[in-house]
Amino acid sequence: MKMFGFATNKIATDKSDKIGKILVYIYLLMFICFLILPLLALMSKSMQNADGNFIGLENFVTYLKEPALFSSFFNSLFVAVVSTIIVVILGFIYAFALQCTCIPLKGFFRLVALVPLLSPSILAAIALVYWFGNQGVLKSILMGNSIYGPIGIIIASVYWTFPHALMILSTSLSLSDARLYEASEVLKASKFKTFLTVTIPGAKYGIISTTFVVFTQVFTDFGVPKVIGGNYNVLATDIYREVVGMQNFQMGAVISIVLLIPALFAFALDQYSRKKQTSQLTSRAVVYSPKPDTFRDTVLLIYCLIITVFVFMMIGMAQFGALVKFWPYNLSLTLTHYNFEVAGLGWDSFFNSIRMSLYTAFFGTIIIFIGSYIIEKMRSDKQMRDVLQLIALMPMAIPGIVLGLSYIFFFNMADNPLNFMYATMSILVVNTVVHFYTVSHLSSITAIKKLDPEFESVSLSLKVPVYKMFWRVTLPVCLPTVFDIFIYLFCNAMTTVSGVIFLYSYNTTLASVSSIHLDEQGDVAGAAAMAMLIVYISFMVRGIHSIVSIGVLKRTQAWRNI
Amino acid sequence: MRCIAGLEIQTNRHIYQNERLISDLPTSQRDFGIVFQSYALFPNLSCFENIAYGLKNLRWSKNEISARVTELLKLIGLYSHATKYPSQLSGGEQQRIALARALATSPNLLLLDEPLSALDAKVRIYLRQELKNLHRRLGLTTIMVTHDQEEALSIADKIFVMKDGRIMQSGSPEEIYTNPSNPFVANFIGMTNFIEGKVKDSNHLDVMGQTIKCDCAGFNNHDTVKVAIRPEAIEFTTFSNEKDQFRGIITDIEFLGSFRRVHIETSLMPNEVMIVDKPINEKSKQKITIGNEININLTSNFLNIFKSDA
Repeated sequence: MKMFGFATNKIATDKSDKIGKILVYIYLLMFICFLILPLLALMSKSMQNADGNFIGLENFVTYLKEPALFSSFFNSLFVAVVSTIIVVILGFIYAFALQCTCIPLKGFFRLVALVPLLSPSILAAIALVYWFGNQGVLKSILMGNSIYGPIGIIIASVYWTFPHALMILSTSLSLSDARLYEASEVLKASKFKTFLTVTIPGAKYGIISTTFVVFTQVFTDFGVPKVIGGNYNVLATDIYREVVGMQNFQMGAVISIVLLIPALFAFALDQYSRKKQTSQLTSRAVVYSPKPDTFRDTVLLIYCLIITVFVFMMIGMAQFGALVKFWPYNLSLTLTHYNFEVAGLGWDSFFNSIRMSLYTAFFGTIIIFIGSYIIEKMRSDKQMRDVLQLIALMPMAIPGIVLGLSYIFFFNMADNPLNFMYATMSILVVNTVVHFYTVSHLSSITAIKKLDPEFESVSLSLKVPVYKMFWRVTLPVCLPTVFDIFIYLFCNAMTTVSGVIFLYSYNTTLASVSSIHLDEQGDVAGAAAMAMLIVYISFMVRGIHSIVSIGVLKRTQAWRNI
Repeated sequence: MRCIAGLEIQTNRHIYQNERLISDLPTSQRDFGIVFQSYALFPNLSCFENIAYGLKNLRWSKNEISARVTELLKLIGLYSHATKYPSQLSGGEQQRIALARALATSPNLLLLDEPLSALDAKVRIYLRQELKNLHRRLGLTTIMVTHDQEEALSIADKIFVMKDGRIMQSGSPEEIYTNPSNPFVANFIGMTNFIEGKVKDSNHLDVMGQTIKCDCAGFNNHDTVKVAIRPEAIEFTTFSNEKDQFRGIITDIEFLGSFRRVHIETSLMPNEVMIVDKPINEKSKQKITIGNEININLTSNFLNIFKSDA
């Protein structure tokens, strides 16, 4: 044997590694352009005066001295805390009924609880106007209190955040370990004691996580307080009023940062508690299957029915309102509200929304899936990939309205080479993909982690480049997840308001935004009609999705169910 | 092994294969086939497609691929399973498919990374024999990593015992077993009793005031040493006054099928239990029952002596 040359301490790379390396840099560049720089633009805007000169923290001082503005912060906090408490309690009982009891119709109840996911958050607010508004059917039961204000915001927020809470809570309850229940029974603990010592601690992290998620959603929500907030100002509506109403961009930026900080804080705490959670689960856990208990099951069945009725009351009233000729004086049915004449936009915004959602779902899915694959599976550039992973988690912490506003500041700069995107469809799509990046990214990472870590090695040893393997193995195996990401992005793009409220132009109005404008102009029926259209299209696409899934997945996932 | 495959990087020096420097080449340009402990079969491809995976990329024609895959499936005896998915096969069958896939492109080196560790004991023994046969038939250089010493002894031509990435000893299975070059190897491969003592003279050891006959060449008098002796090399004898005999009390007996494992408390090993294996059909003059006092004879040919660390 000959010995010559120097040993290199770098792993030898081939074409796939090089492609991966280039992709890592492309992703980094994309994140910088579409997330980091816009946020920096927002921050610098908050430290400028109207002429664009740097004035340090003066704007923040002005903000704190203005009680009218500062009180919004406490308003936001109040509705968010109250809504969170209500949702966590209601959601936990509902999840408990679905996971830990023997009530009938579990599938139906689960489906009903997920219905609010298909509708924009404003739909509940509109329905509440019909029920309890100035001319509402049940106005009297508020005993003189107005639905326009914290009461309305809280009820509507509970409605639309309920499914999010339910999903997290039922996952954490479904992981409860049967052995603990058996142990508790053997030790002769009462059922209530078992509930307190086994069920609740087991779901602890789920409850914590739900608290943070719901708090952030309500705290940063724009649509609901816009429609039903009345004179009760919250941070998100303040931003909108400062920017759109008064053209005071600097103050808009300041309030955005005030909004961003608690959201970031909640996000950081949630991440911290999630890290602890992983060590809790063991692979040896035995799935818990509940035994019937007549009293408990009856009570919870009634409870679930009440929630179901509540959901139907909301969505049903929105639909009824959209069809009624002139609420509440002429209750004959008509389709005239579907002309959307008041806003002068007609059906364009609806079709724009569909186009935008399709683009978002299509490009978003591709970008997110490839991105998570690279972050998870590439061999080199470990530090770079860690940075990417961290950035990929950030969008979850950034409220849509903050992201939208920072996009205006960044893309509207005259000397920005990306300026051409301003006021086009592309900026809406990019904004929406970024806004909903994290959840899809995490589910994609989970799917990829399930693949055997040696697939890449095997493929390389057989001289098949990794990108070919990605196409032949990784993608087909992860197809169910890819489909789920697609539909998640589509539905969210259809219903989102806060992210895009600043970014649409005359040619790219969106259905959810139109709904808000219709309501703003007093055409509540039109707003309801538009919101219901979104529900129907989301419902339809979900239907198509499950049909296609069954067809395609049957063919590509045949290996799974044998 | 992952260095040979180019999946990880060696800390220094180079790796050569047939005098060709390969340590700077990417994995895809090296010439080897590899089988992993987890099989790493592609779950969405049938067995046929899994084996054909590498061939397809070499732009072989359909007929050539089909012929080659069929040949391999017959070689591993799973021809009837061609269209099944990996999840329909047992662990042993999956591992054979993985092996066929690694062999498909006719590499000049086969790497086996604990290929049998995830299998049941019976299947493991069966498959290791299969591996040995296959290896003989194909004459293919094969490197196999295993933690199962018995497996290594049973199929290897040459064993490298490694500890913390360093080779402790290399040699044929018999050499390694009978002549371990250090206590680690002696203890790692098979069962061993360690007796601590001091060198008395070139032929005798002093253990707790008793003397053992033993070839102590290469050691100085009064050196502290460890003597390793295999459980099967210890004999029980009738009472007599010969020098190389020692007394012990049987404290436990494990019945392990073809032999009994006898635990003995003896002054030779004050801190540990001496282990002696006795075939069950061996006629012993002494009764092997718990509590019996027994005479022990250490056959000096089977003693391996090491310098003690202390």
